[in-house]
Amino acid sequence: MVVMILNVVISGLLMGGIYALIAMGLSLQYGVGRVFNISHGEFIMVGAFFTWALFSAFGVNPLVSLVIVGPITFIIGFILYRTIFTHLRIKSPSPAAFEGSSMLAAFGILFIIQNIVLAIWGANIRGYTYLARGVNFGGAVFAANRLVTLSFAIIIGSAFYIFLARTRLGKAIRAAAQDPATAGLMGVNINLVLALCFGFGALMAGLAGTLVSMCYSVDASMGLGYTIIAIIVVVLGGLGSIPGSFFGGFILGLIGSIVTYIEPGLSLAAYYVIFMLLLIVRPAGILGRR
Amino acid sequence: MKIERVIFHRFFVPGLLGLIIVLLASLPLYYPSTYIFVLLTSIFMYIVLTVSWVIFSGPTGYISLASAAFFGVGIYMSAVFGKVISLPLVIGIGGLASFCLALLVGALTLRLRGIYFSIFTFGLVVLIQQLLLWWEVVQMHTRGRFVIVVNNTTIYYIMLIILVALMLTAYLIRRSKYGLALQSIGEDEEAAAHTGINVTALKIITFAISAFFTGAAGSIMATRWTYIDPYIAFNPLFSFLPVLMAIFGGMGHFFGPVLGAVIFGYLEEVLITKFPYYYMLIFGTILVIAILYLPGGVVGLIQKWRKGDLAEQHANP
Repeated sequence: MVVMILNVVISGLLMGGIYALIAMGLSLQYGVGRVFNISHGEFIMVGAFFTWALFSAFGVNPLVSLVIVGPITFIIGFILYRTIFTHLRIKSPSPAAFEGSSMLAAFGILFIIQNIVLAIWGANIRGYTYLARGVNFGGAVFAANRLVTLSFAIIIGSAFYIFLARTRLGKAIRAAAQDPATAGLMGVNINLVLALCFGFGALMAGLAGTLVSMCYSVDASMGLGYTIIAIIVVVLGGLGSIPGSFFGGFILGLIGSIVTYIEPGLSLAAYYVIFMLLLIVRPAGILGRR
Repeated sequence: MKIERVIFHRFFVPGLLGLIIVLLASLPLYYPSTYIFVLLTSIFMYIVLTVSWVIFSGPTGYISLASAAFFGVGIYMSAVFGKVISLPLVIGIGGLASFCLALLVGALTLRLRGIYFSIFTFGLVVLIQQLLLWWEVVQMHTRGRFVIVVNNTTIYYIMLIILVALMLTAYLIRRSKYGLALQSIGEDEEAAAHTGINVTALKIITFAISAFFTGAAGSIMATRWTYIDPYIAFNPLFSFLPVLMAIFGGMGHFFGPVLGAVIFGYLEEVLITKFPYYYMLIFGTILVIAILYLPGGVVGLIQKWRKGDLAEQHANP
């Protein structure tokens, strides 16, 4: 019994670590930047593919890839925001119109990224093995790579939280999250900050992709599933609340693990039921302010 | 000038549309090629999906991503009832099931606005897909179903009938006081409620009407695919394509979405078999460009060009 509970809880936390990281990225893009980024999962996919390619071609350690993948996805995200979303934001008559049009633009980006990857690497499922030996946890056995994933997810998440809470740029980002117009009036370079947020969101997704590739197989259509999970977690944790997304990720991971234990085929459906109930009952999320 | 415009709108446009319908309906008599039926059926399907999306989302501004759910419900109804009852009934059931689902969803999502409505409707697609998959694989130990085969000409005619019925409905809604009311909901929902419009009922019923046609289109398209499973039936792409086609065509004009659907439907049929990845790549690029630089879509571009033309005429008489 104890082993069973331990098993469910720990595998929930292991899954939750990745969810938390992905959701923090989307929270930055959607909560702060107001871009409902449907292509978020594609950055995860790109991160995972780069890591796989580096590992299989040059034998680069996936943990080293974190340092390579992060800047690449950050630059892609930053450039996308500066070229597309800044333009859309200035032209949109209202924030609601911007949300709609940016969602559709993000959908176009999803197609572009996914099909570039398909054209380069094809539609096969890829994977590599890294630290696949078991680690015993009071009777429950877990692969070492998943524990590495969890610890890195926590480290990255906490580092980013400290960055937001302690630095000047972090303050500007939090100000922009609360009220972009007023933040702009207070001397925050709002276009730059929002672009940085989008870049950081892409960076988190890329890092999450690297971590995902250590434990799971990689293919070009994996992105949308993660995007959907990220959306659920962001709404669960409250829009624009970075800690909310972080804890929301672990909560969803635990729920998923419990449901998987009871009825394996229904975990994704359970996420949706929770998500839809939450949208109806409390659209502001658990830690949301509004 | 004025009388010419009246004659143009009263007689020329309906006459031209009537002629097109007659030409399309009599096509099998003088051009019996399977390829052309298959191509036209696909294009009709895209028009139906796009225009029924526009009926609700165009004037109100609520971006619904539930099209794939209604389409999928139609497909599954066809798979379940196709062997038992006659085809027109199956299509009616497909439409009605989607209609009822839309009533339910509409009643649930009343409080949601803006992006939350989009997220909820999109969640619906994947929720139904996952539940069906679980039901089939875990409970029934099967995956997917076979659908009765119907010949291409019949599919073509039924799709044409659905299309004509939809266009008539869309036109009547647009011209009626309900169309005006929907427009005012899109501009300012609270103000619309204060002028005495039953905002809730109107939104739900319009959403359901649009779902009816999507579901009907799904139940006839299923017969062309012969085998379906939850992933084929509830493909999220069918949620996004109507939005894309409507925006690309331009929602400022009644025929804008139709134009968008015709262009994309044709391009898809021609390109997807030859360059599948590049086709989708081009698709995404066009979407981004259309959103950035063509806020009025293709129709907006044509209108702008015609206005420029007129201005030039006035400048040099």
